[in-house]
Amino acid sequence: MSARDDILDRVRRNQPAACAMPVIPPFPAPRGSLPERFKAAVKRMGGKVAEPPPGAVLQDFVRALFPGGAIFASAAPEVAGDRDLGVVRNPRDLADVDVGVVRAVFGVAETGSVWLTCREFRVDSLGFLSQHLVVLLDPARIVGNMHDAYGERAQFDARYGVFMTGPSATADIEGVLIHGAQGVRSLTVVPAPADINATTSA
Amino acid sequence: MKRIDHAEASSGFIKAADHLEFHDKRLWDLRKKRDREAESMPEWQDLRELASAIKEHTLSHLADYLLEFERNAIANGAQVHWATDAADHNQVVYDILKSRGARTLVKAKSMLTDECEMRPFLEKRGIEVMETDLGERIQQLDDEPPSHIVVPAVHKLRGDVARVFADTIGTDPAKDDPHYLAESQRQHTRPVFLRADAGMTGANFAVAETGSVVVCTNEGNADLSVHLPDLYIACIGIEKIVPRIEHLGVFVRLLSRSALGSPITQLTSHFRAPREGTEMHIVLVDNGRSERLGMADFWYSLKCIRCGACMNTCPVYRRSGGLSYGATYSGPIGVIIDPTFNLRKYSALPFASTLNGSCTHVCPVKINIHEQIYKWREIIAARHQLPFVKQEAMQVAGKVLSNPKLYRIAVEAAGSGIERLPRFMMYNRLNAWGRQREVPSAPTATFRQWYIANRGKKDEKGK
Repeated sequence: MSARDDILDRVRRNQPAACAMPVIPPFPAPRGSLPERFKAAVKRMGGKVAEPPPGAVLQDFVRALFPGGAIFASAAPEVAGDRDLGVVRNPRDLADVDVGVVRAVFGVAETGSVWLTCREFRVDSLGFLSQHLVVLLDPARIVGNMHDAYGERAQFDARYGVFMTGPSATADIEGVLIHGAQGVRSLTVVPAPADINATTSA
Repeated sequence: MKRIDHAEASSGFIKAADHLEFHDKRLWDLRKKRDREAESMPEWQDLRELASAIKEHTLSHLADYLLEFERNAIANGAQVHWATDAADHNQVVYDILKSRGARTLVKAKSMLTDECEMRPFLEKRGIEVMETDLGERIQQLDDEPPSHIVVPAVHKLRGDVARVFADTIGTDPAKDDPHYLAESQRQHTRPVFLRADAGMTGANFAVAETGSVVVCTNEGNADLSVHLPDLYIACIGIEKIVPRIEHLGVFVRLLSRSALGSPITQLTSHFRAPREGTEMHIVLVDNGRSERLGMADFWYSLKCIRCGACMNTCPVYRRSGGLSYGATYSGPIGVIIDPTFNLRKYSALPFASTLNGSCTHVCPVKINIHEQIYKWREIIAARHQLPFVKQEAMQVAGKVLSNPKLYRIAVEAAGSGIERLPRFMMYNRLNAWGRQREVPSAPTATFRQWYIANRGKKDEKGK
């Protein structure tokens, strides 16, 4: 018998009597402004929120967050980077990127998470090899809690998707909190309505 | 196989007072953070009920959900393998690596691969394996198993890590600042990420509806392990299945709050299909799980989502350290899982508990851990796996406790005995209660003496 049949056979024989599938009731998120709760949660998880002043050009605002000749790679149409993600064939090629820029699909007020998929990153490694990450988020696209987040069912058909919540972190040595254990050292959310006129950057 | 003596194994840990004190405090701090999160959510108990019910439903229909998961994973372009036991798992992984000519494997933390002792198996066959979670990496470099399922090196102080890193990755032995040590590991690991041939993760959840592998981490190392190499292997215990995407909402809300007291892990990653031009392999592992599923009293332990809350709250675990359990899974959850792997080897573990029930109280999927510990004790006693001293003491206690007169004499004698006996009579090999602790001084009167003096007469009138 193959390992597969052997395991399935034993599982079927040993399964306890059928228990019913529970129904998940609605869990409404607490009242209050979603963007405000989202911002507080991002900060709690070690992330930053940078609000562009009224009338600011997003491109200039984002680049000014990291002055001093940092190498930018942008997957967001509103911000031009220094690298053309369209021609990257090897994910390792982003190893020298200082700042990655990407637009999130939506945010989650409960946790301060942003949802990103392979479509937004264009190159998956952008979110992890970059030293820092800037995430554009439309404040109108913030959901209440994780039930609402998983309710965006079509998102989970993506080949790859991730809830990112603040930067990479560890507390494995004496419980001391350290950001930038392996992935991005900082994560900055920039509230910015999606610009429907923006074109894909080079 | 030699029986693990938990009490004996913990004696070294207990002697290192600064380690013991930190360990106890750090884990209790995690428990308090968990409490703050739980208390801030009015739906917390509802979520625990739901999580438990979803798991019980899934486990009672596991064969069908495994087939659904397999079908969807294959449709996604992943290759699915099945492994009956640890040896089978290790061979499957090795065969995948070998057939693709992979020499270097970067991996995220996985209790399953620790359970299967995969690393030494692969290393013996010439594969370079690098743990990339900081805590797990510290343990790998120190040639020790993880001592906790969420914080693998929690039993170490910064000086220990400085020593390990100085000996292995060339850090300055005089520098023990955690920021310096963590940054050194980042710098040391990054080139290996960039040249690795294969990446590996475990799974927190495997979703039947989509064939997705869900991995919850804080460091970003799992995503780096998957996104850089052209070969990705996910090793998954068969009990990790959840039926639908919507169920993740329940579990993700509970997991990190229970583990670390944070609302979510920094990263919750969903790997559904391989990147174009690369391969994704999924190894579904049994290794005793299907047998456990058939154990009337113990199958509930398969609901475990490996948050570690039961360890953080357990007074015995906090004061003895995970390594003293001599098993991959330590603490209360280990105590009820380990005997299913080897009853004789782990027969002492169910006695490493005060039965205070705190583990059950904090468990996010409502496993009746302390009741299962008690049931294991019954089984072990019935099969005469009790050590001699415990057996004799229990027989004497049984006689004394069943005879009121004998009991009174014993209690009165014990009270005066504690005050008068020389130390060597109290603190010796035969009295486990005298090890590592001072026996409290006895009250001046027994309860019975006090009762007769104060209430006895009134009671007699009433009769």
